[in-house]
Amino acid sequence: MDLFHTIIALLESTIRVSVPLIFAALAGLFTERAGVFDIGLEGKMLGAAFAAGAVAAVSGSVIIGLLCAILISVLLALVHGYASITQRGSQIVSGVAINFVVAGSTVILGEAWFRQGGRTPALAGDARFQTITFPFADAVKDVPILGPIYSNLLSGHFALTYLAFAMVPISWWILYRTRFGLRLRAVGENPGAVDTAGISVIWLRYRAVICAGILCGFAGAYLSLAMNAGFVKGMTAGKGYIALAALIFAKWRPFNIMLACLLFGFLDALAIRLQGNPLPLIGQVPVQLMQALPYILTVVLLAGFIGKAIPPKAGGIPYVKER
Amino acid sequence: MSNPYAKLPAWAEYGLIPLINLVVAFLVAGLVVLLVGENPLKAAYHMINGAFGRGEYIGFTLYYATTFIFTGLSVAVAFHAGLFNIGSEGQAYIGGIGVALACLWLDKTMPWFIVFPVAIIGSAAFGALWAFLPGWLQAKRGSHIVITTIMFNFIASSIMVYLLTKVMKPLGSMATQTRTFEAGGQLPKLDWLLGIFGLNVGNAPFNVSFLLALFAAFAVWVLIWRTRFGFEMRTMGHSPSAARYAGISETRITIIVMMISGGLAGLMALNPIMGEQFRMQLDFVQGAGFVGIAVALMGRSHPAGIIPAAILFGMLYQGGAEIAFEMPSISRDMIVIIQGLVILFAGALENMFRPAIGRAFAAIGSRSSAAAQTRGA
Amino acid sequence: MVNTDETGPTWGTWVNMSDIAIELRGIDKSFGLVHANRNINLTVRKGTIHGIIGENGAGKSTLMSILYGFYQADSGDIVVDGNVVTIKDPNAAIAHGIGMVHQHFMLVENFTVLENVMLGAEDSQILNTSISKARVELKRLEKEYALEVNPDALIEELPVGLQQRVEILKALYRKADILILDEPTGVLTPAEADHLFRILGQLKDQGKTIIFITHKLREIMAITDEVSVMRRGEMVATRKTNETSVEELAELMVGRRVLLRVDKGEANPGDVKLSVENLTVRDGRGVTMVDNVSFNLRAGEILGIAGVAGNGQSELLEAISGIRKAVSGSVLLNGKPIDVTGHADPRDLRDRGLAHVPEDRHHVGLVLKFEEAENGILGYHHDKRYLNGVFLNTKAIQADAEEKIKKYDIRPPNPRLKTANFSGGNQQKIVLAREMERGPDVLIIGQPTRGVDVGAIEFIHKRIIEMRDQGKAVLLVSVELDEIRALSDRIIVMFAGRVVGERDPDATEGELGLLMAGVEGRKEAAE
Repeated sequence: MDLFHTIIALLESTIRVSVPLIFAALAGLFTERAGVFDIGLEGKMLGAAFAAGAVAAVSGSVIIGLLCAILISVLLALVHGYASITQRGSQIVSGVAINFVVAGSTVILGEAWFRQGGRTPALAGDARFQTITFPFADAVKDVPILGPIYSNLLSGHFALTYLAFAMVPISWWILYRTRFGLRLRAVGENPGAVDTAGISVIWLRYRAVICAGILCGFAGAYLSLAMNAGFVKGMTAGKGYIALAALIFAKWRPFNIMLACLLFGFLDALAIRLQGNPLPLIGQVPVQLMQALPYILTVVLLAGFIGKAIPPKAGGIPYVKER
Repeated sequence: MSNPYAKLPAWAEYGLIPLINLVVAFLVAGLVVLLVGENPLKAAYHMINGAFGRGEYIGFTLYYATTFIFTGLSVAVAFHAGLFNIGSEGQAYIGGIGVALACLWLDKTMPWFIVFPVAIIGSAAFGALWAFLPGWLQAKRGSHIVITTIMFNFIASSIMVYLLTKVMKPLGSMATQTRTFEAGGQLPKLDWLLGIFGLNVGNAPFNVSFLLALFAAFAVWVLIWRTRFGFEMRTMGHSPSAARYAGISETRITIIVMMISGGLAGLMALNPIMGEQFRMQLDFVQGAGFVGIAVALMGRSHPAGIIPAAILFGMLYQGGAEIAFEMPSISRDMIVIIQGLVILFAGALENMFRPAIGRAFAAIGSRSSAAAQTRGA
Repeated sequence: MVNTDETGPTWGTWVNMSDIAIELRGIDKSFGLVHANRNINLTVRKGTIHGIIGENGAGKSTLMSILYGFYQADSGDIVVDGNVVTIKDPNAAIAHGIGMVHQHFMLVENFTVLENVMLGAEDSQILNTSISKARVELKRLEKEYALEVNPDALIEELPVGLQQRVEILKALYRKADILILDEPTGVLTPAEADHLFRILGQLKDQGKTIIFITHKLREIMAITDEVSVMRRGEMVATRKTNETSVEELAELMVGRRVLLRVDKGEANPGDVKLSVENLTVRDGRGVTMVDNVSFNLRAGEILGIAGVAGNGQSELLEAISGIRKAVSGSVLLNGKPIDVTGHADPRDLRDRGLAHVPEDRHHVGLVLKFEEAENGILGYHHDKRYLNGVFLNTKAIQADAEEKIKKYDIRPPNPRLKTANFSGGNQQKIVLAREMERGPDVLIIGQPTRGVDVGAIEFIHKRIIEMRDQGKAVLLVSVELDEIRALSDRIIVMFAGRVVGERDPDATEGELGLLMAGVEGRKEAAE
């Protein structure tokens, strides 16, 4: 029974750490499916987390904080769009640049405005997301097996957590069941086909980039308004890159993304759990190995040793019509 | 004259455009300073004073520049072959193993001038090894080098944490670092060099690896423009189809260039490990690999541009510390912003100002030729 | 006698206006220095198949791209159904009932047929309703025009013929009345092409207007009602197909140019230097580009390969020079085999006496960002005389460049200048100097004077003749027929990847033009 509770606790923290990965990886899904590579997920998420923490602290409203997170993230996405779509600059370079600008400015502005060593003030009450408890969660807690699953695993998360998981089918629906999604996927494969069909390649790609901005806004807001009570400098800690790895590992498909994020989240949760505790049979597993595993798995996948990750065909290439 | 990318004279191409990009980057950074409620001009004054005001400051500036010359060269070499190596950070980190092993092995028995060459070979070898895999994966398995090198940065970081917490740390110590090296593992300072100019290096860790960096810059110049291999890699970088026509093996070039790039990144480890801290600490690279991207873009991938660009960033790092001291609300993270802005304007948006400048040149050109005509008539 | 003055607008005087689907008036378009379309007039009547024929680079595709709104004309009017219209993007073209089947299909490969057909023409935000409507409409179109294709098949799994059918369905789905097909048979097998013609005939019977662009005379004769001929950016003539002949069209297409005069003596062919046997090459898509080609090339002769661009000449040269892998066949250089189906190394071939002046000097033969002297050693950079160990011997390279600059009169005479800053003719001389001065046994040259100024042409031709007179074996590929005729000692003609005939250089232009347009033998042409 103790093992069971350990597993439940492990899965619970898996869900908790997977949420920002899911948002960010879905964000990457939208831009990369439209043919714009995005290694600026990290920066957008960090910028959003800071905006959310700062504005929620000042306004005392979690909703205003969330909206500002989305706003900042979308603005950053538009910078990326301007550089890589309008100016046809290198998408990689632009993403790298955004990550640095955000990493620096969140610290500078945070310190200047709040003077708490790069933190924003601790949030409480209405300035922070509260967990949602399902009906009867307390009552059924002691029912064997199903009780803990219901009350600990399913109930008791933040609204954003449920939204993240809801975004998976929603993203799928948008990409595969709407006109916008059809065109978005087309522009990432063959922009010429979209252009000759009389659709603006540029506007379509901008819209994809904005979608990514919105989703990264949620990811960032989750970090500073839900998972933590405020912004801490550098709090994304490479999650944007893990999300990127998850996106590739999932071969740019929504449901695979959820699974990949849960897998990478699980590895993260396990690494924390295992710190100092040897595994039965295997013995001590270095926690660093667990942390590196998402990246190692992605490299192995990219190398084509397990399946083949084929990126959208027009990805990374600015569209030039005139000869 | 509708061609937006009209040819510009070389001084505009290699001088004016980078300068404009840099100025714009600094203007935007100035806005951030304003946003924080400080005076950007005062900040600039503190920065320049902090970077060059005293011999010691100059020593620090050049110490940082040393690091950035190595990483800038690393990124630039790969650029010349058309490869974007974002992995200099991880390659430099892994390169540290080579330095540390050489020092831990020889520092008690050998003088620094014996340990140094061994450490050079070690750092370059470890860095090259870490770059070999992404190069091989790109050349043979077609995995995108940008993504693999990003992944390898994180894997490198995990490896180093493991090594410094479990393997290379002295028994019983809590700090995540190797033991402090004896005299053999400490590089001499270049106080005499600054002494020539009547400057006192003070506490600045400005050391002989600066000379190695200058030599590396020269060697990279020779490699790129004066060797057969450099010719081949530039051909591939400019035109893969011409490379195929000329019988140049893309696989071979990709792998070797990545190893050279990784080796140069690895050399960077000498400067902080043997030159300043005399031990290998956790996270000693501190983003220098990424600064290398900005330095390479700024310096247009030419060693003669990379050295001043590296000194510029050295100035930012050292002067940034001075700003942070004088204006507490502007921490050294300001540099990270500027670095990002430089990458943005000199890299992703490099063509933003070119059409306007091209038009300006065309206008000046036509006006002066018109003037010449009227004079002729 | 061909009268080239009679162009499009004259039709307007005796054709009832309401019969006219499209009229182009004075269309002009330049790309930088290239004048792609000059004052084009064209009248296309409703319910007809109107062919537009011309060599590659004659400006056909540009003209159609203007009509489809992909490019904007610099001047001129487009008249659709009697109204002057502006077509600023493909949307506007679609709105005016114009559809286009592009030479390179504009399809999303991992989408289904249905998705491709409705892309851009979906009638609601939610796909489900669009899909079911599209499915019904597609079924109807399939029936009406006998264009069966599985709506749920992925494009990448369909053969090219069916992919093209999807392109046609796309246009019909958008209610196109005027259908432009740009070189539609380029990627098709003969059987697929015949099938396409039947479809086009049906479309015409149902009242559609079709503009059919091709460089193949057989196709023009087979299906068009009227034909317009383009040459070098100009519309030179329009004819009713049943009132013209392949001979007349071939001559109009190739043009009557002043015959190039090149002083050359008799050839003294010697031993076979290059022997190509049953060579077959496919491109990246698996389309056969070179089909079972065989020929011999002797020392001291120039063998010209004539043909419209895109008929396999490029791939043939690439396979022989080791840049592209062949599927089957063999090539002997100086009697020894080249591993054309395996790992032929261009460097090794150079060492064995093969020199190659590639067709595309901008991307293949030169690195435009290199200094002139650097391009002077491209491909020979492993040669000891340019090296000091692993280092480049810059002095030797410089001296070598200066010598060639003098000998080939390359201007400006500055080996340090970036290659991009030289004119086309001088760039070509840089390549020729590099490849010729090595004294190769076999020299293969693609498009020696493409984009080259008149002054340099004469010089280049002289040098090629000199090479022959020195006993070198020269293989010459050019789309300029007069160049081929002026230089070659023997001519073979390639069409659709095959060698369709061998002629003496004194064969008439008309005869060669027929072969180039895929009309084999005089008998066929006479029919």
